[in-house]
Amino acid sequence: MSKKAIDVAALAKLARLEVSPEELEKLEEEIPSILAFVETIRKASAGTEHKGKGLRNVMRADEKPHESGIHTEKLLNAAPAREGDRIAVKQVISRKK
Amino acid sequence: MDLSKLTIAKARRALDLKEYSALELTDAYLKNIAARDPEIHAYLEVWEKQAREEAKAADETIAQGQAKALTGIPLAIKDNILIEGRIASSASKILENYVASYDATVIAKLKGSRAVFLGRTNMDEFAMGSSTENSAFGPTKNPIDTSRIPGGSSGGSAAAVAGAMAAAALGSDTGGSIRQPAAHTGLVGLKPTYGAVSRFGLMAMGSSLDQVGPLTKIVEDARILFEAIRGYDGNDSTSLPDSKGEAKKPRSIGVPRKFLESGVDKDLLDVFERTLESLRANGYEVKDIEMPTLPYGLAVYYIVMPAEASTNLARFDGIRYGLSIPAGSIGEVYARTRGQGFGPEVRRRILVGTFVLSAGYADAYYRKARAVRAAITDEFARAFTETDIIAVPTTPAPAFKFGEKTADPLAMYAEDIFSVPVNLAGVPAISVPCGSVAREGKDLPVGFQVIAPHGGEERLFSIGEDIEKTRH
Repeated sequence: MSKKAIDVAALAKLARLEVSPEELEKLEEEIPSILAFVETIRKASAGTEHKGKGLRNVMRADEKPHESGIHTEKLLNAAPAREGDRIAVKQVISRKK
Repeated sequence: MDLSKLTIAKARRALDLKEYSALELTDAYLKNIAARDPEIHAYLEVWEKQAREEAKAADETIAQGQAKALTGIPLAIKDNILIEGRIASSASKILENYVASYDATVIAKLKGSRAVFLGRTNMDEFAMGSSTENSAFGPTKNPIDTSRIPGGSSGGSAAAVAGAMAAAALGSDTGGSIRQPAAHTGLVGLKPTYGAVSRFGLMAMGSSLDQVGPLTKIVEDARILFEAIRGYDGNDSTSLPDSKGEAKKPRSIGVPRKFLESGVDKDLLDVFERTLESLRANGYEVKDIEMPTLPYGLAVYYIVMPAEASTNLARFDGIRYGLSIPAGSIGEVYARTRGQGFGPEVRRRILVGTFVLSAGYADAYYRKARAVRAAITDEFARAFTETDIIAVPTTPAPAFKFGEKTADPLAMYAEDIFSVPVNLAGVPAISVPCGSVAREGKDLPVGFQVIAPHGGEERLFSIGEDIEKTRH
Protein backbone atom coordinates (compact mmCIF):
# COMPACT_ATOMS: atom_id res chain seq x y z
CA MET A 1 0.00 0.00 0.00
CA SER A 2 1.27 3.41 -0.84
CA LYS A 3 1.41 6.04 1.83
CA LYS A 4 -0.79 9.02 1.22
CA ALA A 5 -0.39 12.48 2.64
CA ILE A 6 -2.77 13.17 5.52
CA ASP A 7 -3.71 16.65 6.71
CA VAL A 8 -3.05 15.96 10.38
CA ALA A 9 -3.56 19.61 11.35
CA ALA A 10 -7.12 19.47 9.99
CA LEU A 11 -7.77 16.20 11.86
CA ALA A 12 -6.44 17.74 15.08
CA LYS A 13 -8.81 20.66 14.63
CA LEU A 14 -11.73 18.27 14.13
CA ALA A 15 -10.70 16.33 17.24
CA ARG A 16 -10.24 19.57 19.25
CA LEU A 17 -6.70 18.64 20.07
CA GLU A 18 -3.77 21.04 20.28
CA VAL A 19 -0.72 19.47 18.63
CA SER A 20 2.74 21.05 18.63
CA PRO A 21 4.54 21.64 15.30
CA GLU A 22 7.20 19.02 16.17
CA GLU A 23 4.57 16.42 17.00
CA LEU A 24 2.63 17.30 13.86
CA GLU A 25 5.69 16.45 11.80
CA LYS A 26 6.05 13.08 13.54
CA LEU A 27 2.35 12.28 13.16
CA GLU A 28 2.46 13.10 9.46
CA GLU A 29 4.86 10.14 9.18
CA GLU A 30 3.16 7.78 11.64
CA ILE A 31 -0.52 8.13 10.76
CA PRO A 32 -0.09 7.31 7.04
CA SER A 33 1.93 4.20 8.10
CA ILE A 34 -0.85 3.10 10.42
CA LEU A 35 -3.44 3.70 7.71
CA ALA A 36 -1.36 1.81 5.14
CA PHE A 37 -1.36 -1.15 7.54
CA VAL A 38 -5.08 -1.11 8.33
CA GLU A 39 -5.90 -0.74 4.62
CA THR A 40 -4.96 -4.43 4.21
CA ILE A 41 -8.59 -5.20 5.15
CA ARG A 42 -9.54 -4.17 1.61
CA LYS A 43 -8.29 -7.61 0.53
CA ALA A 44 -10.58 -9.41 2.96
CA SER A 45 -13.73 -10.87 1.50
CA ALA A 46 -16.67 -9.72 3.54
CA GLY A 47 -20.30 -9.01 2.85
CA THR A 48 -22.21 -6.34 4.65
CA GLU A 49 -22.38 -5.47 8.32
CA HIS A 50 -23.48 -8.15 10.72
CA LYS A 51 -27.09 -8.58 11.69
CA GLY A 52 -27.00 -11.78 13.70
CA LYS A 53 -25.90 -12.81 17.15
CA GLY A 54 -23.11 -11.12 19.04
CA LEU A 55 -23.56 -7.49 19.91
CA ARG A 56 -26.87 -6.22 21.12
CA ASN A 57 -27.92 -2.85 22.39
CA VAL A 58 -30.92 -2.46 24.63
CA MET A 59 -32.41 0.88 25.54
CA ARG A 60 -33.81 1.15 29.02
CA ALA A 61 -37.30 2.48 29.60
CA ASP A 62 -37.32 6.20 30.39
CA GLU A 63 -38.94 5.86 33.77
CA LYS A 64 -38.35 5.88 37.54
CA PRO A 65 -36.04 8.91 37.69
CA HIS A 66 -33.99 9.30 40.85
CA GLU A 67 -34.91 12.00 43.31
CA SER A 68 -33.91 15.38 41.90
CA GLY A 69 -30.69 16.86 43.26
CA ILE A 70 -29.27 13.82 45.09
CA HIS A 71 -26.18 13.62 42.85
CA THR A 72 -25.77 17.36 42.24
CA GLU A 73 -23.08 18.12 44.81
CA LYS A 74 -20.94 15.11 43.92
CA LEU A 75 -21.01 15.85 40.22
CA LEU A 76 -20.44 19.57 40.62
CA ASN A 77 -17.48 18.90 42.88
CA ALA A 78 -15.83 17.03 40.03
CA ALA A 79 -16.10 20.05 37.73
CA PRO A 80 -13.11 22.39 37.32
CA ALA A 81 -15.24 25.53 37.89
CA ARG A 82 -18.71 26.13 39.30
CA GLU A 83 -21.08 28.99 39.95
CA GLY A 84 -23.79 28.02 42.42
CA ASP A 85 -25.44 24.86 41.10
CA ARG A 86 -24.01 25.30 37.62
CA ILE A 87 -20.76 24.33 35.90
CA ALA A 88 -19.05 27.55 34.81
CA VAL A 89 -17.65 27.70 31.26
CA LYS A 90 -16.28 30.34 28.92
CA GLN A 91 -18.83 32.15 26.80
CA VAL A 92 -20.03 29.79 24.02
CA ILE A 93 -21.88 32.17 21.68
CA SER A 94 -20.42 35.58 21.08
CA ARG A 95 -21.50 38.61 19.06
CA LYS A 96 -19.43 39.28 15.97
CA LYS A 97 -17.06 42.13 16.58
CA MET B 1 2.10 -17.39 55.11
CA ASP B 2 3.98 -17.55 51.82
CA LEU B 3 2.33 -14.85 49.72
CA SER B 4 4.19 -15.88 46.55
CA LYS B 5 2.20 -19.13 46.50
CA LEU B 6 -1.00 -17.89 48.11
CA THR B 7 -4.17 -18.21 46.04
CA ILE B 8 -7.70 -16.96 46.72
CA ALA B 9 -8.80 -20.53 47.32
CA LYS B 10 -6.03 -21.21 49.89
CA ALA B 11 -6.52 -17.86 51.64
CA ARG B 12 -10.26 -18.55 51.92
CA ARG B 13 -9.63 -21.84 53.71
CA ALA B 14 -7.05 -20.27 56.04
CA LEU B 15 -9.31 -17.30 56.86
CA ASP B 16 -12.28 -19.56 57.57
CA LEU B 17 -10.13 -21.82 59.77
CA LYS B 18 -8.87 -18.67 61.58
CA GLU B 19 -5.23 -19.55 60.81
CA TYR B 20 -4.82 -15.82 60.35
CA SER B 21 -7.18 -12.86 60.21
CA ALA B 22 -8.09 -10.78 57.17
CA LEU B 23 -6.27 -7.88 58.83
CA GLU B 24 -3.09 -9.94 59.21
CA LEU B 25 -3.38 -11.01 55.59
CA THR B 26 -3.88 -7.43 54.40
CA ASP B 27 -0.96 -6.25 56.54
CA ALA B 28 1.26 -8.93 55.01
CA TYR B 29 0.43 -7.68 51.50
CA LEU B 30 0.91 -4.04 52.55
CA LYS B 31 4.32 -4.97 53.94
CA ASN B 32 5.25 -6.68 50.67
CA ILE B 33 4.08 -3.66 48.70
CA ALA B 34 6.21 -1.34 50.84
CA ALA B 35 9.25 -3.56 50.28
CA ARG B 36 8.83 -4.41 46.61
CA ASP B 37 6.77 -1.75 44.88
CA PRO B 38 9.28 1.09 44.93
CA GLU B 39 11.15 -1.00 42.33
CA ILE B 40 8.21 -2.58 40.43
CA HIS B 41 5.75 0.36 40.42
CA ALA B 42 2.64 -1.81 40.09
CA TYR B 43 0.55 0.66 42.10
CA LEU B 44 -0.29 4.29 41.43
CA GLU B 45 -1.77 4.57 44.92
CA VAL B 46 -1.98 2.20 47.89
CA TRP B 47 -5.03 2.58 50.14
CA GLU B 48 -3.37 1.40 53.31
CA LYS B 49 -5.81 2.93 55.80
CA GLN B 50 -9.00 2.01 53.94
CA ALA B 51 -7.69 -1.50 53.20
CA ARG B 52 -7.10 -2.14 56.91
CA GLU B 53 -10.62 -0.86 57.73
CA GLU B 54 -12.07 -3.13 55.05
CA ALA B 55 -10.08 -6.06 56.42
CA LYS B 56 -11.44 -5.43 59.94
CA ALA B 57 -15.00 -5.37 58.57
CA ALA B 58 -14.25 -8.63 56.75
CA ASP B 59 -13.01 -10.19 59.97
CA GLU B 60 -16.34 -9.34 61.63
CA THR B 61 -18.22 -10.95 58.74
CA ILE B 62 -16.03 -14.05 59.01
CA ALA B 63 -16.57 -14.18 62.80
CA GLN B 64 -20.33 -14.12 62.18
CA GLY B 65 -19.96 -17.08 59.83
CA GLN B 66 -21.21 -15.00 56.91
CA ALA B 67 -18.06 -15.16 54.75
CA LYS B 68 -18.45 -15.30 50.98
CA ALA B 69 -15.78 -16.45 48.52
CA LEU B 70 -13.94 -13.10 48.50
CA THR B 71 -14.53 -11.88 52.06
CA GLY B 72 -11.22 -10.52 53.35
CA ILE B 73 -9.31 -11.27 50.12
CA PRO B 74 -6.91 -8.40 49.25
CA LEU B 75 -7.30 -7.31 45.63
CA ALA B 76 -5.67 -4.78 43.30
CA ILE B 77 -7.89 -2.70 41.02
CA LYS B 78 -6.94 -1.27 37.63
CA ASP B 79 -6.94 2.53 37.61
CA ASN B 80 -9.79 2.77 35.06
CA ILE B 81 -12.41 1.19 37.36
CA LEU B 82 -14.32 3.63 39.57
CA ILE B 83 -14.50 3.41 43.38
CA GLU B 84 -16.59 6.17 44.91
CA GLY B 85 -14.56 8.83 46.71
CA ARG B 86 -11.20 7.61 45.38
CA ILE B 87 -9.04 8.83 42.54
CA ALA B 88 -9.42 6.95 39.24
CA SER B 89 -7.04 8.41 36.65
CA SER B 90 -6.66 5.82 33.86
CA ALA B 91 -2.95 6.67 34.28
CA SER B 92 -3.63 9.97 32.49
CA LYS B 93 -2.67 13.55 33.35
CA ILE B 94 -6.14 14.60 32.27
CA LEU B 95 -7.66 12.68 35.21
CA GLU B 96 -4.72 12.91 37.62
CA ASN B 97 -6.90 14.33 40.43
CA TYR B 98 -10.30 12.98 39.37
CA VAL B 99 -12.27 11.54 42.30
CA ALA B 100 -14.89 8.98 41.23
CA SER B 101 -18.49 9.99 41.92
CA TYR B 102 -19.84 6.45 42.06
CA ASP B 103 -18.92 2.77 42.31
CA ALA B 104 -18.49 0.64 39.21
CA THR B 105 -20.89 -2.31 39.29
CA VAL B 106 -17.97 -4.74 39.67
CA ILE B 107 -16.78 -2.73 42.69
CA ALA B 108 -20.27 -2.67 44.25
CA LYS B 109 -20.34 -6.47 43.91
CA LEU B 110 -16.90 -6.87 45.50
CA LYS B 111 -17.84 -4.50 48.32
CA GLY B 112 -20.94 -6.63 48.85
CA SER B 113 -18.72 -9.65 49.43
CA ARG B 114 -16.40 -7.62 51.71
CA ALA B 115 -13.29 -7.94 49.61
CA VAL B 116 -10.32 -5.69 50.46
CA PHE B 117 -9.00 -3.11 47.97
CA LEU B 118 -5.25 -2.65 48.33
CA GLY B 119 -4.82 0.06 45.72
CA ARG B 120 -5.18 1.18 42.13
CA THR B 121 -2.76 -0.23 39.59
CA ASN B 122 -0.71 1.32 36.82
CA MET B 123 -1.71 0.88 33.19
CA ASP B 124 -1.17 2.25 29.72
CA GLU B 125 -3.00 5.58 29.59
CA PHE B 126 -6.71 4.94 28.94
CA ALA B 127 -5.77 1.27 28.38
CA MET B 128 -3.99 2.10 25.13
CA GLY B 129 -0.88 0.01 24.91
CA SER B 130 0.74 -3.37 25.49
CA SER B 131 3.55 -2.55 27.91
CA THR B 132 2.45 0.11 30.50
CA GLU B 133 5.10 2.34 28.91
CA ASN B 134 2.23 4.67 27.93
CA SER B 135 1.36 5.46 31.55
CA ALA B 136 1.65 9.18 32.32
CA PHE B 137 3.21 8.19 35.65
CA GLY B 138 6.07 5.97 34.51
CA PRO B 139 6.18 2.29 33.48
CA THR B 140 5.71 -0.84 35.61
CA LYS B 141 8.46 -3.47 35.70
CA ASN B 142 7.92 -7.19 35.19
CA PRO B 143 8.61 -8.91 38.55
CA ILE B 144 10.04 -11.93 36.69
CA ASP B 145 12.68 -9.84 34.89
CA THR B 146 12.77 -6.17 35.81
CA SER B 147 14.50 -5.21 32.55
CA ARG B 148 11.29 -6.22 30.76
CA ILE B 149 7.76 -4.89 30.43
CA PRO B 150 4.95 -6.66 32.33
CA GLY B 151 2.65 -6.37 29.31
CA GLY B 152 -0.32 -4.06 29.12
CA SER B 153 -2.49 -2.37 29.35
CA SER B 154 -3.32 -4.06 32.71
CA GLY B 155 0.43 -4.32 33.47
CA GLY B 156 0.17 -2.92 37.00
CA SER B 157 -2.53 -5.44 37.92
CA ALA B 158 -0.39 -8.26 36.50
CA ALA B 159 2.77 -7.10 38.28
CA ALA B 160 0.89 -6.72 41.58
CA VAL B 161 -0.27 -10.35 41.51
CA ALA B 162 2.94 -11.79 40.03
CA GLY B 163 4.99 -9.83 42.58
CA ALA B 164 2.90 -11.18 45.52
CA MET B 165 1.55 -7.68 46.18
CA ALA B 166 -2.12 -8.74 45.83
CA ALA B 167 -3.96 -12.06 45.96
CA ALA B 168 -5.64 -11.29 42.63
CA ALA B 169 -6.54 -8.26 40.53
CA LEU B 170 -9.11 -6.80 38.21
CA GLY B 171 -8.07 -5.63 34.77
CA SER B 172 -9.87 -4.66 31.59
CA ASP B 173 -9.43 -6.22 28.16
CA THR B 174 -10.24 -4.37 24.93
CA GLY B 175 -7.81 -6.19 22.62
CA GLY B 176 -5.79 -8.40 24.97
CA SER B 177 -5.10 -6.11 27.93
CA ILE B 178 -5.78 -8.85 30.52
CA ARG B 179 -4.53 -11.91 28.63
CA GLN B 180 -1.26 -10.46 27.30
CA PRO B 181 0.06 -9.16 30.67
CA ALA B 182 -1.10 -12.41 32.29
CA ALA B 183 0.97 -14.33 29.71
CA HIS B 184 4.04 -12.12 30.28
CA THR B 185 3.96 -12.48 34.07
CA GLY B 186 3.01 -16.17 34.37
CA LEU B 187 -0.59 -15.59 35.47
CA VAL B 188 -4.05 -16.68 34.45
CA GLY B 189 -6.05 -13.93 32.68
CA LEU B 190 -9.69 -14.15 31.62
CA LYS B 191 -11.49 -11.99 29.06
CA PRO B 192 -15.16 -12.85 29.68
CA THR B 193 -17.90 -13.01 27.04
CA TYR B 194 -18.82 -9.48 25.93
CA GLY B 195 -21.76 -8.50 28.15
CA ALA B 196 -21.10 -11.09 30.87
CA VAL B 197 -19.53 -8.52 33.23
CA SER B 198 -20.98 -5.02 33.58
CA ARG B 199 -18.99 -2.16 32.05
CA PHE B 200 -20.79 0.41 34.26
CA GLY B 201 -18.05 2.41 35.96
CA LEU B 202 -15.28 1.14 33.68
CA MET B 203 -13.82 4.06 31.73
CA ALA B 204 -14.77 3.35 28.13
CA MET B 205 -12.12 2.86 25.46
CA GLY B 206 -13.72 0.72 22.72
CA SER B 207 -17.26 0.25 23.97
CA SER B 208 -18.05 -2.70 21.70
CA LEU B 209 -14.84 -4.46 22.82
CA ASP B 210 -14.22 -3.64 26.51
CA GLN B 211 -14.68 -6.23 29.28
CA VAL B 212 -13.57 -6.32 32.93
CA GLY B 213 -11.96 -9.56 34.04
CA PRO B 214 -9.64 -11.23 36.57
CA LEU B 215 -5.85 -11.72 36.69
CA THR B 216 -5.04 -14.54 39.10
CA LYS B 217 -2.39 -17.12 39.98
CA ILE B 218 -4.52 -20.15 39.13
CA VAL B 219 -7.59 -21.03 37.06
CA GLU B 220 -9.67 -21.79 40.16
CA ASP B 221 -9.14 -18.20 41.36
CA ALA B 222 -10.17 -16.79 37.96
CA ARG B 223 -13.42 -18.75 38.25
CA ILE B 224 -14.05 -17.43 41.78
CA LEU B 225 -13.44 -13.80 40.81
CA PHE B 226 -15.45 -14.12 37.57
CA GLU B 227 -18.41 -15.59 39.46
CA ALA B 228 -18.24 -12.67 41.91
CA ILE B 229 -18.31 -9.91 39.26
CA ARG B 230 -20.51 -11.34 36.49
CA GLY B 231 -24.24 -10.81 36.05
CA TYR B 232 -26.90 -8.70 34.38
CA ASP B 233 -26.79 -4.97 35.09
CA GLY B 234 -29.49 -2.54 33.99
CA ASN B 235 -26.88 0.23 34.00
CA ASP B 236 -24.98 -1.37 31.09
CA SER B 237 -27.08 -1.38 27.92
CA THR B 238 -25.06 -4.27 26.46
CA SER B 239 -25.24 -6.42 29.60
CA LEU B 240 -26.38 -9.98 28.87
CA PRO B 241 -29.31 -11.57 30.70
CA ASP B 242 -28.20 -13.94 33.45
CA SER B 243 -27.81 -17.50 32.35
CA LYS B 244 -26.36 -20.53 34.04
CA GLY B 245 -23.90 -21.15 31.25
CA GLU B 246 -23.26 -24.63 29.98
CA ALA B 247 -21.25 -27.16 31.91
CA LYS B 248 -20.00 -29.07 28.88
CA LYS B 249 -16.50 -30.42 29.24
CA PRO B 250 -14.57 -29.63 26.07
CA ARG B 251 -13.10 -32.61 24.21
CA SER B 252 -11.93 -31.21 20.89
CA ILE B 253 -9.36 -28.45 20.31
CA GLY B 254 -9.25 -26.60 16.99
CA VAL B 255 -5.94 -25.01 15.95
CA PRO B 256 -6.00 -22.43 13.12
CA ARG B 257 -2.58 -23.51 11.79
CA LYS B 258 -2.30 -20.93 9.03
CA PHE B 259 -2.87 -18.10 11.52
CA LEU B 260 0.10 -19.34 13.59
CA GLU B 261 2.38 -18.60 10.65
CA SER B 262 2.04 -14.86 11.39
CA GLY B 263 5.47 -14.58 13.00
CA VAL B 264 5.65 -16.54 16.27
CA ASP B 265 9.01 -17.12 18.04
CA LYS B 266 10.13 -20.68 17.26
CA ASP B 267 10.75 -21.79 20.86
CA LEU B 268 7.47 -20.25 22.04
CA LEU B 269 5.61 -22.18 19.35
CA ASP B 270 7.40 -25.36 20.52
CA VAL B 271 6.08 -24.83 24.06
CA PHE B 272 2.59 -24.32 22.61
CA GLU B 273 2.87 -27.54 20.55
CA ARG B 274 4.13 -29.55 23.51
CA THR B 275 1.12 -28.39 25.55
CA LEU B 276 -1.17 -29.50 22.72
CA GLU B 277 0.59 -32.89 22.74
CA SER B 278 0.02 -33.26 26.49
CA LEU B 279 -3.63 -32.38 26.09
CA ARG B 280 -3.91 -34.95 23.32
CA ALA B 281 -2.34 -37.52 25.63
CA ASN B 282 -4.98 -36.56 28.19
CA GLY B 283 -7.80 -37.49 25.84
CA TYR B 284 -8.42 -34.29 23.90
CA GLU B 285 -8.85 -34.48 20.15
CA VAL B 286 -6.61 -31.89 18.44
CA LYS B 287 -7.45 -30.88 14.88
CA ASP B 288 -6.52 -28.23 12.34
CA ILE B 289 -9.20 -25.71 11.46
CA GLU B 290 -9.46 -23.09 8.72
CA MET B 291 -10.12 -19.52 9.78
CA PRO B 292 -8.90 -17.49 6.79
CA THR B 293 -10.26 -14.12 7.96
CA LEU B 294 -8.46 -14.17 11.37
CA PRO B 295 -5.23 -12.58 10.07
CA TYR B 296 -7.24 -9.45 9.22
CA GLY B 297 -8.30 -9.11 12.86
CA LEU B 298 -5.42 -6.83 13.83
CA ALA B 299 -6.09 -4.33 11.03
CA VAL B 300 -9.84 -4.38 11.73
CA TYR B 301 -9.14 -3.77 15.41
CA TYR B 302 -6.89 -0.79 14.72
CA ILE B 303 -9.78 0.85 12.86
CA VAL B 304 -12.72 -0.03 15.13
CA MET B 305 -10.91 0.65 18.42
CA PRO B 306 -9.55 4.15 17.58
CA ALA B 307 -12.94 5.05 16.07
CA GLU B 308 -14.69 4.15 19.31
CA ALA B 309 -11.93 5.58 21.52
CA SER B 310 -11.90 8.93 19.73
CA THR B 311 -15.65 9.13 20.30
CA ASN B 312 -15.50 8.04 23.95
CA LEU B 313 -12.62 10.37 24.79
CA ALA B 314 -14.52 13.39 23.44
CA ARG B 315 -15.99 13.70 26.96
CA PHE B 316 -12.62 14.82 28.35
CA ASP B 317 -12.73 18.48 27.44
CA GLY B 318 -11.91 20.36 30.64
CA ILE B 319 -15.53 21.21 31.41
CA ARG B 320 -17.14 18.56 33.59
CA TYR B 321 -14.20 16.84 35.26
CA GLY B 322 -10.47 16.47 35.32
CA LEU B 323 -7.82 18.82 34.06
CA SER B 324 -8.86 22.19 32.64
CA ILE B 325 -6.35 24.56 31.07
CA PRO B 326 -7.62 28.16 31.18
CA ALA B 327 -7.74 29.91 27.80
CA GLY B 328 -9.40 32.85 26.08
CA SER B 329 -12.24 30.97 24.38
CA ILE B 330 -14.10 27.76 25.05
CA GLY B 331 -12.64 26.21 21.88
CA GLU B 332 -9.14 26.88 23.15
CA VAL B 333 -10.02 25.42 26.56
CA TYR B 334 -10.99 22.16 24.84
CA ALA B 335 -7.97 22.01 22.54
CA ARG B 336 -5.36 22.97 25.18
CA THR B 337 -6.80 20.73 27.90
CA ARG B 338 -6.87 17.75 25.53
CA GLY B 339 -3.51 18.57 23.98
CA GLN B 340 -1.78 18.83 27.36
CA GLY B 341 -3.86 16.24 29.26
CA PHE B 342 -3.56 13.30 26.84
CA GLY B 343 -0.27 11.50 26.19
CA PRO B 344 1.22 10.80 22.72
CA GLU B 345 -0.38 7.37 22.10
CA VAL B 346 -3.83 8.61 23.13
CA ARG B 347 -3.46 11.64 20.84
CA ARG B 348 -2.35 9.36 18.00
CA ARG B 349 -5.37 7.08 18.39
CA ILE B 350 -7.81 9.98 18.66
CA LEU B 351 -6.46 11.33 15.36
CA VAL B 352 -6.59 7.94 13.61
CA GLY B 353 -10.13 7.45 14.93
CA THR B 354 -11.13 10.88 13.71
CA PHE B 355 -9.75 10.05 10.27
CA VAL B 356 -11.46 6.67 9.83
CA LEU B 357 -14.81 8.19 10.84
CA SER B 358 -14.51 11.33 8.73
CA ALA B 359 -16.84 11.98 5.79
CA GLY B 360 -15.39 10.50 2.61
CA TYR B 361 -13.30 7.87 4.45
CA ALA B 362 -15.82 6.19 6.77
CA ASP B 363 -17.00 3.76 4.05
CA ALA B 364 -13.53 2.60 3.07
CA TYR B 365 -12.28 2.27 6.65
CA TYR B 366 -14.88 2.11 9.43
CA ARG B 367 -17.75 0.44 7.57
CA LYS B 368 -15.46 -1.98 5.76
CA ALA B 369 -13.88 -2.84 9.11
CA ARG B 370 -17.32 -3.51 10.57
CA ALA B 371 -18.09 -5.85 7.67
CA VAL B 372 -14.81 -7.78 8.11
CA ARG B 373 -15.49 -7.88 11.85
CA ALA B 374 -18.83 -9.55 11.08
CA ALA B 375 -17.03 -12.06 8.85
CA ILE B 376 -14.62 -12.87 11.71
CA THR B 377 -17.55 -13.32 14.11
CA ASP B 378 -19.21 -15.68 11.60
CA GLU B 379 -15.94 -17.56 11.20
CA PHE B 380 -15.79 -18.20 14.96
CA ALA B 381 -19.42 -19.37 14.95
CA ARG B 382 -18.63 -21.78 12.09
CA ALA B 383 -15.47 -23.03 13.79
CA PHE B 384 -17.41 -23.80 16.98
CA THR B 385 -19.67 -26.18 15.05
CA GLU B 386 -16.53 -28.26 14.36
CA THR B 387 -14.65 -27.91 17.63
CA ASP B 388 -15.40 -27.27 21.32
CA ILE B 389 -12.62 -24.74 21.83
CA ILE B 390 -9.90 -22.99 19.79
CA ALA B 391 -6.27 -22.71 20.90
CA VAL B 392 -3.58 -20.21 19.88
CA PRO B 393 -0.62 -18.73 21.76
CA THR B 394 -1.56 -15.60 23.73
CA THR B 395 1.36 -13.60 22.31
CA PRO B 396 3.82 -14.12 19.44
CA ALA B 397 6.85 -13.63 21.75
CA PRO B 398 7.68 -13.43 25.48
CA ALA B 399 7.91 -10.15 27.42
CA PHE B 400 10.12 -7.62 25.61
CA LYS B 401 12.54 -5.02 26.95
CA PHE B 402 11.71 -1.45 27.85
CA GLY B 403 11.97 0.83 24.85
CA GLU B 404 12.11 -2.05 22.37
CA LYS B 405 8.85 -1.13 20.65
CA THR B 406 8.16 2.45 21.69
CA ALA B 407 9.61 4.03 18.55
CA ASP B 408 7.30 2.18 16.16
CA PRO B 409 3.56 2.13 16.96
CA LEU B 410 2.97 -0.71 14.49
CA ALA B 411 5.53 -2.96 16.21
CA MET B 412 3.65 -2.44 19.49
CA TYR B 413 0.29 -3.12 17.80
CA ALA B 414 1.60 -6.43 16.38
CA GLU B 415 1.85 -7.71 19.97
CA ASP B 416 -1.98 -8.02 19.89
CA ILE B 417 -2.26 -10.25 16.80
CA PHE B 418 -3.59 -13.33 18.64
CA SER B 419 -5.73 -11.56 21.21
CA VAL B 420 -7.79 -8.99 19.25
CA PRO B 421 -9.95 -11.39 17.15
CA VAL B 422 -11.50 -12.57 20.44
CA ASN B 423 -12.70 -9.06 21.33
CA LEU B 424 -13.96 -8.46 17.81
CA ALA B 425 -16.15 -11.57 18.03
CA GLY B 426 -17.16 -10.93 21.67
CA VAL B 427 -16.26 -14.50 22.67
CA PRO B 428 -14.51 -15.40 25.96
CA ALA B 429 -10.85 -16.43 26.17
CA ILE B 430 -8.37 -17.34 28.87
CA SER B 431 -4.58 -17.25 28.97
CA VAL B 432 -3.04 -19.98 31.10
CA PRO B 433 0.73 -20.31 31.76
CA CYS B 434 1.97 -23.40 29.89
CA GLY B 435 5.74 -23.20 30.17
CA SER B 436 8.66 -20.89 29.58
CA VAL B 437 11.32 -19.86 27.07
CA ALA B 438 14.82 -18.67 27.94
CA ARG B 439 15.98 -15.15 27.05
CA GLU B 440 19.37 -13.86 28.24
CA GLY B 441 19.52 -16.48 30.97
CA LYS B 442 16.03 -15.85 32.33
CA ASP B 443 13.05 -18.15 32.00
CA LEU B 444 10.14 -16.08 30.70
CA PRO B 445 6.59 -17.43 30.92
CA VAL B 446 4.48 -18.40 27.91
CA GLY B 447 0.70 -18.10 27.77
CA PHE B 448 -1.57 -20.69 26.15
CA GLN B 449 -4.78 -19.02 24.97
CA VAL B 450 -8.05 -20.92 24.80
CA ILE B 451 -11.12 -19.44 23.14
CA ALA B 452 -14.72 -20.64 23.67
CA PRO B 453 -18.08 -19.70 22.14
CA HIS B 454 -20.24 -16.98 23.77
CA GLY B 455 -21.06 -17.97 27.35
CA GLY B 456 -18.50 -20.80 27.32
CA GLU B 457 -16.38 -19.69 30.30
CA GLU B 458 -16.86 -23.09 31.99
CA ARG B 459 -15.14 -24.76 29.04
CA LEU B 460 -12.19 -22.40 29.53
CA PHE B 461 -11.90 -23.18 33.24
CA SER B 462 -12.23 -26.89 32.56
CA ILE B 463 -9.42 -27.12 29.98
CA GLY B 464 -7.46 -24.42 31.85
CA GLU B 465 -7.18 -26.71 34.86
CA ASP B 466 -5.99 -29.51 32.60
CA ILE B 467 -3.30 -27.21 31.17
CA GLU B 468 -2.14 -26.37 34.69
CA LYS B 469 -1.48 -30.07 35.26
CA THR B 470 0.71 -30.36 32.16
CA ARG B 471 2.97 -27.31 32.41
CA HIS B 472 6.21 -27.42 30.36
